[in-house]
Amino acid sequence: MGKVLMKGNEAIAESAVRAGGLLYFGYPITPQSEIGEYLARRMPEVGGCFLQIESEVAVVNVLYGAAGAGARVWTSSSSPGISLMMEGLSYIAAAELPCVVVNIVRCGPGLGGILPSQGDYFQAVKGGGHGDYRCLVYAPSSVQEAVDIMPLAFDRADRYRNPVIVIGDGMIGQMMEPVEFKEQKFPPLPPKDWATTGCKGRKPNVINSLYLDPIEEEKLNFKLAAKYEEMKKNEVRFEEFNTETDYRVLLVAYGTTARVCKTAIRQLKEKGIDTALLRPITLFPFPDERVFELSQRADFVMSIEMSTGQMVEDVQLAVGRTKPVFFYGRTGGMVPSPEEVVAAVEKHLGGKE
Amino acid sequence: MKVIFKRPESLSSTPTHYCPGCTHGVIHRLIAEVIDELGLRERTVGIAPVGCSVLAFNYFNFDFQQAAHGRAPAVATGIKRARPDLIVFTYQGDGDLASIGMSEIVHAANRGEKFTVVFINNAIYGMTGGQMAPTTMPGQVTTTSPRGRDVGDVGYPIRMCELLASLRTPAFIERVAVHNPKQVVNARRALKEAFALQKDNVCFSFVEFLSTCPTNWGLPPYEATKWLEENMLPYYPVQNFKRPEKEEKNAG
Repeated sequence: MGKVLMKGNEAIAESAVRAGGLLYFGYPITPQSEIGEYLARRMPEVGGCFLQIESEVAVVNVLYGAAGAGARVWTSSSSPGISLMMEGLSYIAAAELPCVVVNIVRCGPGLGGILPSQGDYFQAVKGGGHGDYRCLVYAPSSVQEAVDIMPLAFDRADRYRNPVIVIGDGMIGQMMEPVEFKEQKFPPLPPKDWATTGCKGRKPNVINSLYLDPIEEEKLNFKLAAKYEEMKKNEVRFEEFNTETDYRVLLVAYGTTARVCKTAIRQLKEKGIDTALLRPITLFPFPDERVFELSQRADFVMSIEMSTGQMVEDVQLAVGRTKPVFFYGRTGGMVPSPEEVVAAVEKHLGGKE
Repeated sequence: MKVIFKRPESLSSTPTHYCPGCTHGVIHRLIAEVIDELGLRERTVGIAPVGCSVLAFNYFNFDFQQAAHGRAPAVATGIKRARPDLIVFTYQGDGDLASIGMSEIVHAANRGEKFTVVFINNAIYGMTGGQMAPTTMPGQVTTTSPRGRDVGDVGYPIRMCELLASLRTPAFIERVAVHNPKQVVNARRALKEAFALQKDNVCFSFVEFLSTCPTNWGLPPYEATKWLEENMLPYYPVQNFKRPEKEEKNAG
């Protein structure tokens, strides 16, 4: 199949369908409602299920039930809706159920606005819901990458029995780009012999997150922690830009912001300022080893975000005190321009106020 | 020797943690008997709530999921939509279903999700230690209504069967009780009807059980039974509210 021009939201939906994400439950919210609208048309054609649920609070619990029954299930929403799902996501992580949650981030806090933002980094990466858990978090920076990530997200959710978050922003969801749906092959998955599918021929299965005995609860926490360590070992993904040559500045940016940074890096090059970019594709696990290595070749590191500074904390953790770490961000739905990024870099080079 | 009484296969041999005089044990057994009789055990998934029956999965001998507080109907929706061939029921108390889970139960009922809800109404929060529930009777003393439920301040108790019966979609709604043998027999009949309707993929089914809570009501079991008769029965009538008529099965 050749390339087709598609809106991000619809491309994500189509990719999920092709990856076997045939059960979708959701609640409308801008700027991602096209996902549900697309699936309402598409699911009946492929024998799947689209169901609009009464609230995001309910949606995430429908996911819990369906995942617990062994289905490949997913939802999408945007920031305020994702907040409503946090309780349930904690239960899903605790009960070790696979599901995929797409967050087309809008600006907040509160009702905020409907324009792109990266203000949900903490929520996605640092937990969001209660208790000691992590989600695997992918952050595509183009419609094509979002399309490529959906099958991977479903595979990893099943493989780790863990929720996977695909975090885009209003820009990724709303813009149109040419995409190609490439078939991806993954190694066979273990059977879902833990699912509640009826106890014929076996002992009853229970999907549960209640452990009143502290010894048992601690065991669960350590088991989950070991799983997150496995993710850190095996699942880190990132892209490097301009790192083959010498550079004075290392930028770290993800999603839409990373694309802005690439343009800024070209402009900086024209000014004789060599700059490199590390773009995390996984936000958890964070590519901290590579950030550290690349930082050692730079005078300083800058985290560029559509927030007031969230990922910068992970950049600082990775770099430690070995190099200065600076931050530049726009927020509230404002997308930084390449010129602003250039100016921010120059400011720290001492070339400009 | 002829066996005339035994534990249903759907019931596990784990002793329950329920208080003496509590009706959860009776209701658990009725569910197990009905599921055995209909031959559904090997494809049944129960959903435990948050509340006294949070550990219900220990007491049944089939698959179970434990749900977040109030969300059992959402969890059941997910299971049933993923696997329509499974028999799914939620087991929920009045705090779980009528307070924090009001939205989930109303919308699942209104979509006509084809699972069964077993609703336990004992007019109080049990597990958290006897606080006022949406179903607490006017004037009833609880730890959070120490002067008795003041209906001028917090309104009247919610009648879930009547509320759900006002919706067009949900087709089987019945309130039963288990405070005497006659009522137990009737409750068993209603429960069997509900599961049979699910087995035939007919409709959403809802069975409310009026239940006693001697511990948090502060009454000996027998007195609790009398309190239920005198206070709850007049306000919560035991009756069938809705039953699908055969010719209406396919009607809009």
